[in-house]
Amino acid sequence: MKRLIFIIIMLPIIVFSQEHISGKILEANAENQEIGLAGANVYWLNTEVGTVTDVDGSFTLAYKPQYNKLVISYVGFKTDTLTINEPKRIKHWLQSTDNLDAVMVTSRKQTTAKSYYKATNVINVSSDELLKAACCNLSESFETNPSIDVNFADAISGTRQIKMLGLTSPYILIATENIPSIRGASQAYGLSFIPGTWVESIQITKGAGSVVNGFESIAGQINAELVKPSSDDALFVNLYGASSERLELNTHINTKVNDKWSSGLYIHGNKHNKEHDVNSDGFMDMPKFNQINVMNRWQYIDTEKGFVSFINLKFLNDEKQTGQLDFNPDTNKLTTNALVLSGDEVWGSEIDTRRYEISTKFGYVNPEIPWQSLGVQTAFSSHKQESYFGLNVYDIEHNSLYTNAIYNSIISDSRHKIKTGISYTYDHYDEQLDAGNLDSNFERTENSVGVFFEYSFDNLELFNLTAGIRIDHHNLLGTFVTPRVHARYSPWSKSAFRASFGRGKRSANIFTENQQLFSTSRQINILNSGGNIFGLDPEIAWNYGFSYLQGFNLFGRKGDVTLDYYKTDFKNQVVVDWENPGEISFYNLDGKSYSNSFQVEFSYNPFEYFDLRMAYKFYDVKTDYNSGRLERPLTPKHRVFANLGYETGIQENGAHWKFDTTFNWLSDQRYASTSSNPSEYQLPERTPTVATLNAQITKVFSPKFEVYLGGENITNLRQSNPILGADDPFGANFDSTFVYGPIFGSMYYTGLRYKLK
Amino acid sequence: MKKIITVLIVLITATTFAQNKNAKASMEVDGVCGMCKARIEKACLNTKGVKFATWNIDSHELKLIYDERKTNVETIQKQVLAAGHDVEEVKATDEAYATVHDCCKYRDDKVVDDHND
Repeated sequence: MKRLIFIIIMLPIIVFSQEHISGKILEANAENQEIGLAGANVYWLNTEVGTVTDVDGSFTLAYKPQYNKLVISYVGFKTDTLTINEPKRIKHWLQSTDNLDAVMVTSRKQTTAKSYYKATNVINVSSDELLKAACCNLSESFETNPSIDVNFADAISGTRQIKMLGLTSPYILIATENIPSIRGASQAYGLSFIPGTWVESIQITKGAGSVVNGFESIAGQINAELVKPSSDDALFVNLYGASSERLELNTHINTKVNDKWSSGLYIHGNKHNKEHDVNSDGFMDMPKFNQINVMNRWQYIDTEKGFVSFINLKFLNDEKQTGQLDFNPDTNKLTTNALVLSGDEVWGSEIDTRRYEISTKFGYVNPEIPWQSLGVQTAFSSHKQESYFGLNVYDIEHNSLYTNAIYNSIISDSRHKIKTGISYTYDHYDEQLDAGNLDSNFERTENSVGVFFEYSFDNLELFNLTAGIRIDHHNLLGTFVTPRVHARYSPWSKSAFRASFGRGKRSANIFTENQQLFSTSRQINILNSGGNIFGLDPEIAWNYGFSYLQGFNLFGRKGDVTLDYYKTDFKNQVVVDWENPGEISFYNLDGKSYSNSFQVEFSYNPFEYFDLRMAYKFYDVKTDYNSGRLERPLTPKHRVFANLGYETGIQENGAHWKFDTTFNWLSDQRYASTSSNPSEYQLPERTPTVATLNAQITKVFSPKFEVYLGGENITNLRQSNPILGADDPFGANFDSTFVYGPIFGSMYYTGLRYKLK
Repeated sequence: MKKIITVLIVLITATTFAQNKNAKASMEVDGVCGMCKARIEKACLNTKGVKFATWNIDSHELKLIYDERKTNVETIQKQVLAAGHDVEEVKATDEAYATVHDCCKYRDDKVVDDHND
């Protein structure tokens, strides 16, 4: 106040000989009415030059070229600082602090951000980063991320499989809003059941992760935060079309029901009905499909009382058809009863999935004491897949219930935080398959109840530590303890050394996790019988990790370097043995199985609006098979990744361009052995190397409307013969799992996004 | 369900109303960056009785929750001043200010400007 009086006295003296800047300060309101704000302070940053607005919000203030930051403040409103380059008239709306949440952050954030402060090695992928891969669902949104590897599971289903630290997705806990969601029956195709536009951001945790979300994660955790009715656009429409004649439509409609309730309806549909056979092997390069995916969210917020709640309802129907060209399910579908093959049969496959999901979240934060909070999550899902692959029939039904209650508080002060709670999980599986040597009916129920406690210490500067433990009682896995510890130490500026270790335990769903086996002529063998899950023992692994992040300034621009080393050591694993081309065998590990992964990543912002990211990865993933210690098949030893992003400056109407390109190189990979096949069905020991290039251009016309155009695999690299024995799909050597690279070649797409606030 | 929630809330709040173990205070503290934030919050939390301290880089507001039986606002203020940060109209001593890192010299306009980029 003293300063203000001083300013007012000083004002007339300075004013005379100077240029002026004038304007009006208004109170922001939903109707965009011009309500002048009387009595607001307006002053040049770091000067004594300022004024107070008059009754209708107008002001006049001296201007000098060296003044460029104008500060506007008023009690109960957010303080704004405007950059002024010339003395023109200003009209500025000041936001009341009541709706601070709605204030736009204008500084440009990194689209993929690593934390310098957290104990866990978390990479946050923002929605801007997700837009770099315009298509279309969660499995495709990792294409611009070097920590996750995406590859095709087989040459038939078009399913993308992700890997982290060299381990496939069953070893990663994949959650939506911290509720484990891609597990059990949805493991194989679940990532394609989460449309990309529904995802607000993704958090990737490398290593053991937290104990709060369960005991299953081994390589890491991926959490997808979905868009929220209260913050998402009132209307959002995204239309996408690709040269392969794939079409997608996404619509979001969000409404504020009253000051506490908001609701959102999200509809996704995709369709692809064209048969492609670029490599002329008689098989479709990608399936034909139809998907309808609907989500309805209800969000309740009462900030005064500290209540937050979500209710989500989801429905999915997905139909895929693939196999040989001209396969007609009505006339060509085979049954094992008519097993006298004439040689004219057409090989085909259909995979139909229907899924219902209901989940609720309830959170209470004590408004008086911000460190005390309580959260309760429940989710129920019913997942049903009916499918056949040539003569192999596979059906699975999975009903699942998940509940978790978490209580947060502190010990003595807010540097010592604790989380504790209880969780209950129920899973019922009913699987049916036609395999001559196995029981055709597999049904099992799993349930577990567990308690967890996590302590985290943060000294606010150099060091923090998160140590968690949980004890679970599981009807098939027994009673066991899961410890997980993460620590961070930053001895100097912009550095973070992290170390972690933890244990994970899970039951392997051998059929659903390895569904590609049905698109082969392999005989299924389960070699053990004493265990509780398909006769097999639970998988147990320890994960140890070390990472070093260093930020730097080079030529006045920001950048960072990350070095990661993670080791996963299996105490027991359900080994999936593809080494005999006539069989697939599952058995308990006898010996060693491990994955070592090393990654170095470099990000730099060489000039404004230009981002560069490069990474190199080294994998050493080996397992003791019955035939000896071998490299895990189709896992490249080396990977090189580069991503370049450029944006033009944003014009006043919001218009700008965005350019993005991603390069990937994979070293040669080992094929599972085919040495016992007849010579025409033998493959070399290793695959060729693979290099792919994707690029995308986005033209933003205004904050409401944008158009994008992109290409995947622009250099048109293809694996020429992805299916072994394609000439005789009912013969003994048919196998579609030897896939190391793209099957379709280059693909171009275009799309638009329309948003209404 | 409702009952359980009510019971839990009562349990949580019951502990807090007994005495003013959770007194609140707010004050303006000068500083510029994340390092200042850590220094200011640490200075508060190292004061016996302070349970919660958060300083906002943009608004310069320091919010405190502390146990009135063990400490008071003056003591906490002294700790912040000793750490080298001005509290409202009270300036930290030059000796204390000299101990803050070069990048945290919030009294220097150039340093403040650098942080605005």
